[in-house]
Amino acid sequence: MFNNFFHKMASPRYFYNISGQLIPWIAAACMALFLAGLYYGLVKAPPDYQQGDSYRIMFIHVPAAWMSMFIYVVMAGAGAIGLIWHIKLAEVMAISSASIGASFTFLALVTGSIWGKPMWGTWWVWDARLTSELILLFLYLGVISLYNAIDDKRTAARAVAILALVGVVNIPIIHYSVEWWNTLHQGPTVTKLDKPSIHISMLIPLLLMAFAFKLYYAFVLLMRARCEVLERERHTNWVKELAETK
Amino acid sequence: MTSDSLLRAFTLLLKRDLTLAIRHRAEILNPLLFFVLVTSLFPLGIGADPKLLQAVGPGVIWVAALLAALLSLEGIFRSDFEDGTLEQFLLSSHPVSVLVIAKVLAHWLITGLPLLVISPLLGVLLGLPGDAIMILLITLALGTPVLSLIGAVGVALTVGLRKGGMILSLLVLPLYVPLLIFAANAVDTAAVGLPVTAHLSLISALLVLSLSLSPLATAAALRISLS
Repeated sequence: MFNNFFHKMASPRYFYNISGQLIPWIAAACMALFLAGLYYGLVKAPPDYQQGDSYRIMFIHVPAAWMSMFIYVVMAGAGAIGLIWHIKLAEVMAISSASIGASFTFLALVTGSIWGKPMWGTWWVWDARLTSELILLFLYLGVISLYNAIDDKRTAARAVAILALVGVVNIPIIHYSVEWWNTLHQGPTVTKLDKPSIHISMLIPLLLMAFAFKLYYAFVLLMRARCEVLERERHTNWVKELAETK
Repeated sequence: MTSDSLLRAFTLLLKRDLTLAIRHRAEILNPLLFFVLVTSLFPLGIGADPKLLQAVGPGVIWVAALLAALLSLEGIFRSDFEDGTLEQFLLSSHPVSVLVIAKVLAHWLITGLPLLVISPLLGVLLGLPGDAIMILLITLALGTPVLSLIGAVGVALTVGLRKGGMILSLLVLPLYVPLLIFAANAVDTAAVGLPVTAHLSLISALLVLSLSLSPLATAAALRISLS
C-alpha cells in the first residue's frame, strides 16, 4: 500500500496531472503571503531605531539567504534519492532546484550588498557570511554547468547528484572556516535559543515573507519540473496524447 | 578475493602510474614550473617591499599550489579513460575505491611531493621567517593530499567531457576554500610566533575526512561517467 503510493506518486504522468492541479492553489497562497508580508514589512513595521527605513530590505534579503541554503539541501536530498532508488522524478526535482537556488543566492548577495552600502559604507566586504554565500553561488553554478555539459540527461542528473552530495558535506566546513576567518555580519537574531532579539512587529513580516518565498520555490519548482518531465518523456504515449488533445 | 591480491593490485597500479610518470618527465616538471612561475610573478605585480611580501607570502604560495594542483588533476584519469584502461578497473573484481586511492597516491607522489620539496625555496624568496617556512612545509604535507583527493572527484565527474577543464575548476576550487583558509592562516599565525596546533589539527581532520569519503565518491562518479 505504502510502496504503491510512492510508485504512483513517482510516476511522471501522475506527477504531471497532480502538479497541474496544485499549481494554481500554491500560486494563490504565495501571492497572498507576499502581499501580507510586504504590507506588514513596508507599511506596518516601525522604522529601526538605528538603521531607519533601510533595514526593510531585510524582508527580502533574509528569506532569500535562508532559501539559498534550504534549496541546496533539498537538491542534495533529492539527488541522493534519485541515486539510491533510481526514481526519475527525484532527479528532475534535484536539477530543477539548481537554478532556482542559484537565483535566490544571487538575490541574497545583491540585496546584502545594497543593504551594506548605507550600513557598512561599502558595497562589498569580505565578511564571513557574504563570502560563504558567494561560494555557495559558485557551487550552484558548478552544478548547473556540469548538468549542461553532459549530453545524456539521465547520466547528467546522476553526476549532479554526486556533486551536490559532495557539496552538502562541504557546506558546513566552508561556512565555519569562513566564519573563523573573518566576521563583520550581525549575529543571528531570529534563531537564538533564549529569546529572539528581533521585535515581534518585525518578526511577523519576516516569517510571512519566509513562507511566501518557500511557496514561491514550490510553485516555480513544480512548473520547471513539469517542463523537464515533458521533455524527458516526449517519446512516451501519454505525452503524445497530451500534445494531440491540446 | 583475498586481501593479498588486493594489496598486489594496489602496488601494481601504483608502480605502473609512477613508471608512466617517470617516462614522461614533463608531467612532473610542468606543474612544478608553474608553481614557481606563478609565485615569482607576485613580487613583480605587487611590488618587492619585503614587509608586503612577507604578509601576502603564505597566501600566495598556497594559491599557487592550488592552481598547480588543478593544472595537473586531469592527468589522474584522462589517459586511462582515453585508452580504455579505466573500464578495465571498473570491471575488475577489486573495490574501485581502493584502486582510486592508488591512483590518487601516485598523483600526489608525482605532483604534490615536488611542490613540497621546492616550497622552502619560495618561502625564502618571499622573505618568510624560518618558523613560518617549517609550518608551510607541514601544511603542504598535510594539505596537498587533500587537493588530490578532492580533485579526483571532480576529474571523475568530468573525464568523459570534451571541455572538462573549465568545468573542473568551477567544481573543485570552491571545495578547496576551507583548506586554503586554514593553511594560509596557519603560516600567517606561525610568522608572528603564535601556536598553530589548532590549524594543523583542522587540516589533519580535512585530510582524514577526504581520505575516507572522496574515494567512494570518486568511484561512484567514475561509474556514472563510464556508463
